[in-house]
Amino acid sequence: MTADWPILSLTTWLPIIGGVLLLAIGDKAPNASRWMALATAILTFVISISLYCGFDSTTAQMQFVERAPWIPVFNVEYYLGVDGISMPLIILTTFITVFVVIAGWEVIQYKPGMYMAAFLIMEGVMVGVFSALDAMLFYVFWEAMLIPMFLIIGIWGGPNRVYATIKFFLYTFFGSVFMLIALIYMYFQSGSMEILAFHDLKLGLTEQIFIFIAFLLAFAVKVPMWPVHTWLPDAHVEAPTGGSVILAAIMLKIGGYGFLRFSMPITPDASQHLDWLVITMSLIAVVYIGFVALVQQDMKKLIAYSSIAHMGFVTLGFFIVFRIAANSDASGGAILGIEGGMVQMISHGFISAAMFLCVGVLYDRMHSRQIADYGGVIHTMPVFGAFMVFFAMANAGLPGTSGFVGEFMVILASFRADFWFAFLGATTLIVGAAYTLWMVKRVMFGNVANDNVRNLQDVNQREFIILGSLAVAVLVLGLWPAPLIEVMDASIINLFEHIKVSKL
Amino acid sequence: MQFEAPNLIPVAPEMFILGLACLVLVVDLFLDDGQRIFTYALTQLGLLFAIFLTLSVGQSEAQVIFDGSYIRDGMSDVLKVSVYIVTMAAFVYAKEYLKEHGLFKGEYYVLGLFAVLGMMVMISSQSFLTAYLGLELLSLSLYALVAFDRDSKTGSEAAMKYFVLGAIASGMLLYGISMIYGATGAINFETVSTALAGTGMENTVLVFGLVFVVIGLAFKLGAVPFHMWMPDVYHGAPTPVAQFIGSAPKIAAFALAMRLLVDGMMPLHSDWQQMLIILAILSMALGNVIAVAQTNIKRMLAYSTISHVGFIMMGILAGTSEGYSASMFYAIIYAFTSLGAFGIIILLSKKGFEAEHLDDYKGLHERSPWFAAMMMLFMFSMAGVPPTVGFWAKLFVLDAVVSVDLTWVALVGVFFSIIGAFYYIRIIKLMYFDKPINTQPLVANMDTRLTLSINGIMMIALGFFPATLIAVCVKAIGS
Repeated sequence: MTADWPILSLTTWLPIIGGVLLLAIGDKAPNASRWMALATAILTFVISISLYCGFDSTTAQMQFVERAPWIPVFNVEYYLGVDGISMPLIILTTFITVFVVIAGWEVIQYKPGMYMAAFLIMEGVMVGVFSALDAMLFYVFWEAMLIPMFLIIGIWGGPNRVYATIKFFLYTFFGSVFMLIALIYMYFQSGSMEILAFHDLKLGLTEQIFIFIAFLLAFAVKVPMWPVHTWLPDAHVEAPTGGSVILAAIMLKIGGYGFLRFSMPITPDASQHLDWLVITMSLIAVVYIGFVALVQQDMKKLIAYSSIAHMGFVTLGFFIVFRIAANSDASGGAILGIEGGMVQMISHGFISAAMFLCVGVLYDRMHSRQIADYGGVIHTMPVFGAFMVFFAMANAGLPGTSGFVGEFMVILASFRADFWFAFLGATTLIVGAAYTLWMVKRVMFGNVANDNVRNLQDVNQREFIILGSLAVAVLVLGLWPAPLIEVMDASIINLFEHIKVSKL
Repeated sequence: MQFEAPNLIPVAPEMFILGLACLVLVVDLFLDDGQRIFTYALTQLGLLFAIFLTLSVGQSEAQVIFDGSYIRDGMSDVLKVSVYIVTMAAFVYAKEYLKEHGLFKGEYYVLGLFAVLGMMVMISSQSFLTAYLGLELLSLSLYALVAFDRDSKTGSEAAMKYFVLGAIASGMLLYGISMIYGATGAINFETVSTALAGTGMENTVLVFGLVFVVIGLAFKLGAVPFHMWMPDVYHGAPTPVAQFIGSAPKIAAFALAMRLLVDGMMPLHSDWQQMLIILAILSMALGNVIAVAQTNIKRMLAYSTISHVGFIMMGILAGTSEGYSASMFYAIIYAFTSLGAFGIIILLSKKGFEAEHLDDYKGLHERSPWFAAMMMLFMFSMAGVPPTVGFWAKLFVLDAVVSVDLTWVALVGVFFSIIGAFYYIRIIKLMYFDKPINTQPLVANMDTRLTLSINGIMMIALGFFPATLIAVCVKAIGS
């Protein structure tokens, strides 16, 4: 199906062009820049909605396809398209960016135009990552993502920002260059740079294992999985609120998306062969990182570790499918695992964004993220308190919120793989509740800790809109996840059918 | 040798540049210091005309003239035009610096033009003798340029070092050439190549000849372990001279490697391939690792050049036409990137002050956001981060080595480019994340500003649309 309007190109390039215009205007009129950024972000979101409306959820084919030659000598094409896996992630991206722009409204006083521009360019590039169907185009977007984030953390970040941002840059750069070699290698095997052609490429087991490891390096750093997660807490703590939100809500998802789009369909046999590795890393993330989160003193660091644990669930959900497929004929369980991982990604996008925004609200007032500096905030900020408690519950996986749906689906699926996977995975319901709620208890409840807390002002209208919208999103997805699952169903069944077939 | 018109048309650009250099030399005698701008204008106009001349004598098929010792083909046309453009831009960047440092002399342009002529001869050489002549013409001009600031101690020291080491390298090269001549009885590439195809590597003299030629070449390219002159020369030479040495001659050095190894000794490919693999890996490793430890930006760029030379050699060692065109693309892009990075250094340097220390770049974003953005593009391009064109340059080279089943070389290459990324982004860190020491905005003339902007935007524009340039390179190699 070819759309009349190049919707994917619009969603990709509109924010980038908007960002470049903002850079060109400079910081002469900060208010105009802010409004222009907001207008661009909202317009992009509205355009991206048409992806959902025009989406045909009965087919696993790529939709809204756009194709044009780019570098004919190397068969590189400008090839965009979405399926049920990438489309929800694109809408998540455009949705979250609107709130990031609003969240930085008054808070960012140093070069606001440039700040907004960086986020808009970031948005366009991330949409590009999700919609690229040409491996080189994907790689260009994937790497280009580093530049705005590097600058966002480095310019608007906290005291230790330089260390954090260079660490972030080098870690991700390290991960991705090996993927580049794998892509080039497959280009010579298949004669084409199309990702879909790679899916059908026959590869021997040794080749597959090397390619799988190259992909794993790239995606595991991005997700991030234990033990290459250490850049994330640093980056989160130092990044401005908007940067943390984008990092947690979207950039981490790109790693998960990479597993579904590259690792599993391109190297199914290696994935099956090495699934113990990924499952072990995921379970360590879920259990061990959960305990690490428990002892954090810094709220942002705590949420950062909680993100790693939650992303562990995503990769667990993806890679147990091989065990389930081997155990029984019940492919339903396997599909449940992948879908659970996907729901978990979307839901974590909302919840982690909301949690970081909550910390941002507190930080803007108190300029501290230390849990010890707070106490009894609910007495002075009742509305905010309600939101924060709600999001904390969602983070802990309370039924009725979106956090529950994904975790429940993954745990259910892992029962069909192995009891112990399910058992270890389910500990997150306890540990997750412990670290989140304990933090909320120390920050929100109890007696008012000090004069600073006593003088706090409750959320203003701007903050209310952001947190309110995210709360609605979390609730809707928690109570009625069916539309989301419906959209991705066909694509995931197709993916599962594909990976079941050995390439050997 | 016949000196007839059909034979001379392909070398019209060379003759023109030679005439131009002589004309500039003479005209300059009649000008006083206030009128040097005419020398400058004459040089620039001449180079501009040379572009049109080269393009107009260019034909699709290759022409070999002067008894097979000189060639004009697609590759030589593209590379010569690149050399003119890079040189013109380098002269634009240099103008204000030279004025401020009292170096705005006609000889600068005369030497520059002779260097250009030397590069053209190298690019078009089809026998060992012409290659050597071109190389020496270039080197001698560069030795003099490095010592151009007569009163500078470091400059004289650098020139001395460059001269001595350059002479040794030339000696090596000549020695190798003489052995190859002894083994094959010829110095023009076509005959040598035919003779080699017959004998192979049986002949020990030939092995030595090849080794010495590769050593001489590695000296000129600045590949490890024959790189020691580069940091000192970059550091000691006046910044515009370092800029010139770091840009256009890399294109010529690529051409020289192509002519000597591919045109001249292709039958020995499997032998020089192994030598080049060692040189390339050592260059990438040592260049990138040592660059991290530098605090002087000119030395840092020297080591970065060494690592980029490793990448250029990677394309050549693949031994396929894809590899050659990838290397050609890389060399051209590298020349322009390095040109721009040095352009920023020149811009920051004022009378009596050289912006050599990394700390001088602190807070450049606060001082001059536009120039900082341009420098950022140059740095990302050198690091090979998309969407800048440096990424495509690296990609095409990696493509070429993977295609000949040398994936491990590609892996080593990307591994060291991660280390390389660190010192490039350190510059960006200094410019964007640190507070400025000196808050004065940079002042630049309209021409410098324009050249720098075009140079910087080129990095990203070619990053979005690399197809045309790579197609030109592929076509040039194919002809």
